[in-house]
Amino acid sequence: MAGLRLEGLSTALLRDIHLTLAAGERLFLSGASGSGKSLLLRAIADLDPHHGEVWLDDIPRSRLPPPEWRRRVGLLPSESHWWAKTVGEHWPASTTHLKLERLLSMLGFDTGVRDWPITRLSTGERQRLALARLLLNQPQALLLDEATAHLDPVNRSRVETVLEDYGNAYSAALLWVSHDPEQRARLGGRRLVIRKSRLEPET
Amino acid sequence: MSLIYLSAWDLALASGLVLLLAALSWRLHLGVERQVLIAALRSTVQLMLIGLVLKQLFAQTHLTLIGLMVLIMLSVASWEVRNRQKRRYTGMWGYGIGALSLFVSSFSVTLLALMIIIRVNPWYQPQYLIPLLGMMLGNTMSGVAIALDHLTRQAWEARGCIEARLLLGATWEEAITGIRRDALRSGLIPIVNAMAAAGLVSLPGMMTGQILAGSPPLEAAKYQLLIMFLISAGTGLGTVAAVWIGSRRLFDERQRLRLDRLV
Repeated sequence: MAGLRLEGLSTALLRDIHLTLAAGERLFLSGASGSGKSLLLRAIADLDPHHGEVWLDDIPRSRLPPPEWRRRVGLLPSESHWWAKTVGEHWPASTTHLKLERLLSMLGFDTGVRDWPITRLSTGERQRLALARLLLNQPQALLLDEATAHLDPVNRSRVETVLEDYGNAYSAALLWVSHDPEQRARLGGRRLVIRKSRLEPET
Repeated sequence: MSLIYLSAWDLALASGLVLLLAALSWRLHLGVERQVLIAALRSTVQLMLIGLVLKQLFAQTHLTLIGLMVLIMLSVASWEVRNRQKRRYTGMWGYGIGALSLFVSSFSVTLLALMIIIRVNPWYQPQYLIPLLGMMLGNTMSGVAIALDHLTRQAWEARGCIEARLLLGATWEEAITGIRRDALRSGLIPIVNAMAAAGLVSLPGMMTGQILAGSPPLEAAKYQLLIMFLISAGTGLGTVAAVWIGSRRLFDERQRLRLDRLV
């Protein structure tokens, strides 16, 4: 079965999580801060030691080298980090111009952003460019940790449109941590909440 | 030229200068007189003891005794490397990375020097082995300690960037490569600077000692050069080994950054 499947995943805060997302499905995850949402995403991307197995399109994670796995399940952390001087140095080498231009314009940039120094970027610009950087890898699942937390309404709806389009175009499963009830209602999809270390349907 | 022997009285005169320094510190309320006196006393006891030990050791080329001495030197140097880390590795690794890289570098270079360059027979003749190894360990220890400290500190500070690169599909080596290079450089810079400045600012300690002990200056300079080349090679080798093992240890088999392996 295509999509993302967690089998008996345990992190420092959550025990024995079983969860299935079909290809192209959108799932919103909420819960109090410190309830383990980010740790769950990090475990799926195999960034922290944990127990359990994750499958993507019927391939178990343990069968793939970690860099390959992380390219396929793209995790967008709530805070973006940049290590080189300009924006373009953070793009994958294989990036094709056409795709890049379209993606950037949907996020409100032109291709000149390639030469912008990182120090000049605002928090919101960093967040949008971190998303662009991630999508250029063409992940088959997306793990979003408060992808729109630092954005104004215009840019928030830009990001939402990009993510909806991407999910549809690539049949990518979206696991989206969001604190914004309006966003969850607006975009639609399955909704779960973490309560007492368990995943429950949001009511 | 011959060696002028120092009597106890000569040393007592010199130590009077240290007493004067302590008195000065007391008079000016610098508050370091206690440390000065204790340090002077420690160096007296330690150097006299090591002089006695070496005298015994040199008298008999006894392999077990030499081995024991070498082992003690290595463990003290490794301990020193461990103690100079702000964020050291947990468990045996805190000690082991330093010990292993010191062992690999200092021992191989010293052995090379004794067997091929100086051609001492037998190679373990303590009069050559112990001072040479001591100088190698002392310098390599500094390089290794600086490089490891740089590596772990930088990895801690840049953990967000390292993980961001991992998340975009970088291998652990790609994610740490810049930090690794900086760590290597910081470990090597002191010895490179020392080589570049040798003889211009001050005469290196060993050369000074040899000249005072009666060697012709040109012979002393040649020995000093040999030692400097050996130290550079040893420091380079040791630093590369330590940074390689240390950076590998920061990641696990699934290429996750494991800062929980640091104290």
